[in-house]
Amino acid sequence: MNAIEVKGITKKFGDFVAVDSISFEVGTGEIFGFLGANGAGKSTAMRMLCGLLEPTSGEAKVAGFDIYKQREQIKKSIGYMSQKFSLYGDLTVAENIKFWGGLYGLTKAEIRAKEEEIVEKLEMRGWENSFVASLPMGWKQKLAFSISIMHSPKIVFLDEPTGGVDPIVRRKFWEEIYDASLRSITVFVTTHYMDEAEYCDRASIMVDGQIRALGTPAELKKKFGRADMDGVFKDLARGAQRKDA
Amino acid sequence: MKSSAAKVCNLRKVYAGNGGGTAALDGVSFDAEEGEIFGLIGPDGAGKTTLMRIAATLILPDSGTAEICGFDAARDCRRIRQIIGYMPGKFSLYQDLTIEENIAFFAKVFGVRKEDGIEYIEEIYRRLEPFKKRLAGRLSGGMKQKLALCCALIHRPKLLVLDEPTTGVDPVSRQEFWDILQNMKKIGISVLVSTPYMDEAARCDRIAFISSGKILKTDSPQNIVAAFPKKIFRASGGKMFELLKALRGSGLAESAYSFGDSCHIVPKCGARIEDLKKCLQFSAGNFSVAEAPATLEDCFMELNSGERNRS
Repeated sequence: MNAIEVKGITKKFGDFVAVDSISFEVGTGEIFGFLGANGAGKSTAMRMLCGLLEPTSGEAKVAGFDIYKQREQIKKSIGYMSQKFSLYGDLTVAENIKFWGGLYGLTKAEIRAKEEEIVEKLEMRGWENSFVASLPMGWKQKLAFSISIMHSPKIVFLDEPTGGVDPIVRRKFWEEIYDASLRSITVFVTTHYMDEAEYCDRASIMVDGQIRALGTPAELKKKFGRADMDGVFKDLARGAQRKDA
Repeated sequence: MKSSAAKVCNLRKVYAGNGGGTAALDGVSFDAEEGEIFGLIGPDGAGKTTLMRIAATLILPDSGTAEICGFDAARDCRRIRQIIGYMPGKFSLYQDLTIEENIAFFAKVFGVRKEDGIEYIEEIYRRLEPFKKRLAGRLSGGMKQKLALCCALIHRPKLLVLDEPTTGVDPVSRQEFWDILQNMKKIGISVLVSTPYMDEAARCDRIAFISSGKILKTDSPQNIVAAFPKKIFRASGGKMFELLKALRGSGLAESAYSFGDSCHIVPKCGARIEDLKKCLQFSAGNFSVAEAPATLEDCFMELNSGERNRS
């Protein structure tokens, strides 16, 4: 079964077509890169897939659930993380785990077990009562990711998870992403770092609300005659009509 | 000798309650010359914003000095504010004023005629003009950034202080922004700019790598790359993450990291390219391995890991 199936979803705000009939499928355990320039419609598309916004038309299933009628089930089946916001800096490591575990609907016993597991895996023993704001960036990043998948979601949405992050931490983070995909968690990720687009199984590039290219990085580079994904991206994004000056 | 646009000496700044008082800046010194684009390159939390705020005379360091266009940042803040243009990392214009009104406001504050100012920023303003009646709060990211740059330039500053102007901005808009900066340089404006992006570092005249409040190295991008002290082998083919595991398990690599569709290996002392090839033969996939030149990102990672090992 596909983790995500999208058939011609569109979102209009008044006269403005933010997302213009996009279609694609994401397989279970796939790492899917969702690329596009600022204002291309990525965030709107992602909000619809997360069950936060109802499309104007089109059909889509996320984790097998309908994005019109089963939005609450979708929210329970997915995890979400972004670089801008994911953990509360003024809560401790343990408090963040409890808070998010509660939101994701885990029982107290499950949360306790998960806390053990996360602390063990990230080698954070002794740091449980430290404020998240005081953690080194690399740890914060890994902790945020571990928490976003603590309820074993079918799909995790990562919205620019590595923006502004140290080059080594950024690379280690992608190794975590890869591990999650090995455990059959589907990864739907946006990024402005085009080297990271190369690590995706497949990537799509949005321009003016439409998906203009979709394929494995190797296929896209071949199709556009470019040596890297940065070249592919710039070729496509430069043709955008929706010029934001 | 060229005069300085921004010369900072042994800056130290500790924020109370910042994870038990760790230093945001821990003895930072550099000298950005007049007429150059000087980049402060480092990840979030490295101390870039603190430094930019000190240069813009918005906060004072605990110790050390900053001299901006020949004036002391602690004593002459009013004079400095008249001759620098500052663009904070967070969009800070008036969201409920239009593009036009924001520009008029900043022109008035700096005591210049709006018409004179606009002439000066014409290249950028031309792209904003069709939307001049739109509220700043309703602009897209790329337009906000260009408007902020217009407002920072309206009084013809000698030095632009830009705090992460391209964070969260897509690759095409980033490139356009840097094209504009190159033009600013041509008309004699000095630029002090911070960024986490290594490809932008390559477009600066000189850069300072910053990490955990310390400067790791200051030089031109060309010199930094040329001074990389180790060999780099570049391997590609097969699946990236399996390749990395195989390399790290081989005992031949001091480090192995992904770089787009290939991976860069710093070989352990004495490890030869033949050894790597032989080792990878037995792993899955068809790999090719060759020696490759270092990139700025390799240099940053090398310097940063050295720093980590010492502390």
